[in-house]
Amino acid sequence: MITKVLATLAVVITGAILLYGTADFPAFGDPNSPASAGVEGGAPSISQYYITKSYDDTKVPNLVTSVLADYRGYDTMFETVVVFAAGMAIFAILRVFREDDDGVPNATHSNGNSFTDGDHSRIIVGTTVRIVVPVIQLFSLYVVAHGHHSPGGGFQGGVILGASFIILALATDLETALSRFSEKSYFALAAIGILIYAGFGVLCQVLGSDFLDYGVLQKIFLTDGPEMARSHSMLGVEVGVAFTVTGIMFAIYANLSSRGTLKSGL
Amino acid sequence: MIFALDIVILIFLIVAALIALNVKDLLSASMIFGIYGFLICLLWAEMGAVDVAFTEAAVGAGISAVLFIATVYNTRRRSSD
Repeated sequence: MITKVLATLAVVITGAILLYGTADFPAFGDPNSPASAGVEGGAPSISQYYITKSYDDTKVPNLVTSVLADYRGYDTMFETVVVFAAGMAIFAILRVFREDDDGVPNATHSNGNSFTDGDHSRIIVGTTVRIVVPVIQLFSLYVVAHGHHSPGGGFQGGVILGASFIILALATDLETALSRFSEKSYFALAAIGILIYAGFGVLCQVLGSDFLDYGVLQKIFLTDGPEMARSHSMLGVEVGVAFTVTGIMFAIYANLSSRGTLKSGL
Repeated sequence: MIFALDIVILIFLIVAALIALNVKDLLSASMIFGIYGFLICLLWAEMGAVDVAFTEAAVGAGISAVLFIATVYNTRRRSSD
């Protein structure tokens, strides 16, 4: 009892201090706040630079994508590596290879139509999923390809594409989803994604510039100036991110739902 | 940014968080946590951070709820050791 009172007291005091701290914040979206306008007498703010110059630099209308994939491309590359490492950790912790497992996850795949086998509720769900999954996958490709013009990008598109396979596994069974997107292919896809991203960086170095300095790629993309080369490279990098995220999302689901056996899911 | 909408979303957010913390059934808790993620997504969209809201809708309300449910299905109340 006394610990509960003390814990509540600690939470209330911390909350009060935090609320007191917010009193000094500038108003929401205030253009004259230090974060937006820079400190008086100091260097001009970096956000002003992004807001006014990023379109001229990269020809990418979506400011967020140009910051994430170009100006802060190194950060985003290692975020992708973190996602990949998470998938590897899940694999290392959960995946089990039993003695009766011959290493082929879908060896016992039934040859019936797993969309509509079984009870009536599965017919409704299976038919709906069969109609909906292609639409979801098309939408995810749109999100990836259009990420530098509208909200979206590699992470979101990759998650949606991974979710479409998860829906398939939920509506039918894990074997059906794995027969379309096997363990070998999702880990290969994840590794290829990082290779694409890092490959863009190394390609820039080969052409005589810094790592992930996309401007020099105009020699390869044959664009008019470095701006369009940066725009195209951002698309390429986003595709790499989407590959990794798609593979790892499905890898995490497949291992979690089947306790690492990849035999039978939920 | 609409102040009234902000207040409504924040109230729902706190209610969803409290229910997710207090409900006994882990499956319901993970479902309500999905609702919580979607409400945060609404809040961000309403504040103008559309990219973040998109990510939250895909990851927070979509995938993570499914992963929680997959985990809950594979756990038992008692340890099997």
